[in-house]
Amino acid sequence: MLRLEKRPSPSRFWQAATPVLAVILTMIAGGIMFWILGKNPFEAIRTIFWDPLFNPDFAAYSRPQLLVKAAPLILIAIGLSLGFRAGIWNIGAEGQYIMGAICGAAAGLAVYPVESRLIFPVMVLAGALGGLVWAMIPALLKTVFRTNEILVSLLLVYVAQDILAMMALGALKNPEGQGFPGSRNLGQIPAMANPELIAGTGMHWGVMAAFMAVIAAYILLQRHILGFHIKLAGQAPRAARFAGVNPAALVVLCFAISGALAGLAGVFEVTGPAGQITIDFNVGYGFTAIIVAFLGRLNPIGILFAGLLMALTYIGGELAQFMLGLPSAAIQAFQGMLLFFLLGTDLLANYRIRWAKREVV
Amino acid sequence: MFGGIDPALLIASLMGAAVPIMLAASGELVVEKSGVLNLGVEGMMIMGAICGFATAVGTGNPYLGFVGGAAGGAALSVIFAVLTQYLLTNQVATGLALTLFGLGLSSLIGQGYVGIKPPATGAVPFGPLADLPFFGKVLFGHNWMIYLSVLVVALVWWVLKYSRTGLVLRAVGESHDAAHALGYKVTRIRVMAIMFGGALAGLGGAYVSLVRAPLWVDGITAGAGWIALAIVVFASWRPWRVLIGAYLFGGISQLQLNLQVAGSSIPVQYLSMAPYLITILVLVMMSSGRARASLNAPAALGQNFHASR
Repeated sequence: MLRLEKRPSPSRFWQAATPVLAVILTMIAGGIMFWILGKNPFEAIRTIFWDPLFNPDFAAYSRPQLLVKAAPLILIAIGLSLGFRAGIWNIGAEGQYIMGAICGAAAGLAVYPVESRLIFPVMVLAGALGGLVWAMIPALLKTVFRTNEILVSLLLVYVAQDILAMMALGALKNPEGQGFPGSRNLGQIPAMANPELIAGTGMHWGVMAAFMAVIAAYILLQRHILGFHIKLAGQAPRAARFAGVNPAALVVLCFAISGALAGLAGVFEVTGPAGQITIDFNVGYGFTAIIVAFLGRLNPIGILFAGLLMALTYIGGELAQFMLGLPSAAIQAFQGMLLFFLLGTDLLANYRIRWAKREVV
Repeated sequence: MFGGIDPALLIASLMGAAVPIMLAASGELVVEKSGVLNLGVEGMMIMGAICGFATAVGTGNPYLGFVGGAAGGAALSVIFAVLTQYLLTNQVATGLALTLFGLGLSSLIGQGYVGIKPPATGAVPFGPLADLPFFGKVLFGHNWMIYLSVLVVALVWWVLKYSRTGLVLRAVGESHDAAHALGYKVTRIRVMAIMFGGALAGLGGAYVSLVRAPLWVDGITAGAGWIALAIVVFASWRPWRVLIGAYLFGGISQLQLNLQVAGSSIPVQYLSMAPYLITILVLVMMSSGRARASLNAPAALGQNFHASR
């Protein structure tokens, strides 16, 4: 009979190995899923994980997409990971991402057609602020009224989606758009565009911001007292209180950082790859970022790689949809599976599995 | 503002709107009473919605469809049960994963079902009672699921309050260590509770796709699972308050739909965000103050149990 024995401290080897193990297990389970769908599992896995990077026919288009898709995921996941470490659950990043995009776009379009170098930075600030303010709603309700932040932040996603529809059809609608919903194309307005900085790499300001967020979060967690407080509050809440950590301030701070980063991701997306505010502007980055945060073990460097891997499944998924007719929902299920395996294999890091004879009581 | 809305019809239809959240919330209440927080209600509901829809379309029988929906929800909840109870994963993260996975898988299964009409679920024949003025429409004009949902709430209340099973379940939810010391199988009881919750969430989801809509589109449950979770908090883990909460929210969502149809001057988006905003408002009221709901929460809610001896 198998028995679990708690390790005195988590195994370092397994902490690093479980994400890899989870990815391999997901590939196997995903392959079975693709096989049930009537596709060749090996071909499907190769199309998703290999072809976007190394197939000469697609790599030229796909490689730059990797950074484009990974940037919002990494930005959002870095913010979320700080809260998750402290046991503060912001799962409404999707809503904060939408509000960031709306506020950023609105700030720019308010002064249209003025041309100035200052407009883009102001838009970025407005986007960060929009996400931050939206995240403050669950944070303040949590600290003042003890309301469950998980439910409030999630429910606000649906509200944000309604606001997005309202903006795309109303206040931000392109007056020269012949009545079609959606804002002006920000990518075509030089003062508001977030273009590719180095041609053919996909590198735009959002990617730069994502890299900076990774570095900042790494320093925060390794070298700053605040990072220590965040880790302490997650591992031993009582000890944290004795050490002088203010739990309410921590909630507000974690929500502020994750909201601002999600808002930034939104504004970089709307000015760059997406180009305009539309009804279906959001594609679920805010939810996928939750998987990215866990896949990266809530560690900034890990999140960097996890974001790139998850971006690869998006691009590979599109390719598989195009080449093999694999439904796009299959990739969503695939990503969900990855999170299951990740959480499940975590057991190996925290427990020893022992073979024990059944004891006679 | 209420011009053209018949109160009897509104009450009758709000009872229909309340069924999915009432079923899902009753299931989640049992799960939480056993000390487990399953945030995957939305995922289990949508799996129930598509499995129920597929079964009903495949067999041509709406009643088998509801059985299929419950089975689909329960099947998905088994994943949650294995992960949290045997592999001791974090319940919040696993619940989120369940929702993300359920949304993806349901849309995958639902590929071939877009644009199909499911077989209709008939009203319970009450004969002349249904012709009574006002009460005929409000009480005797419904399909059998509406009566079943009230019955489920009553059953959950009775079992939790008066039966031995309910007592053991509550003991496990209040202190798993004490329950374990008394010889109860904590893990097994929790797995059963999780599956019961999954089946009810699936049943609620099937009601959405088979009766409320009745059709299949991706993401058809539209946050009903999250509202069900909020209703459990609103109800302070008391079954009859789940009924009140569900009718309250059913009323709000039905009213906003009726206002949309009646061509109210309020923009559509304001109306459709109202149920979510009001849910948040109610959560705030229930969670603060001296009589706050959280005082009534099961003591071991969200904690994993690992028998070290």
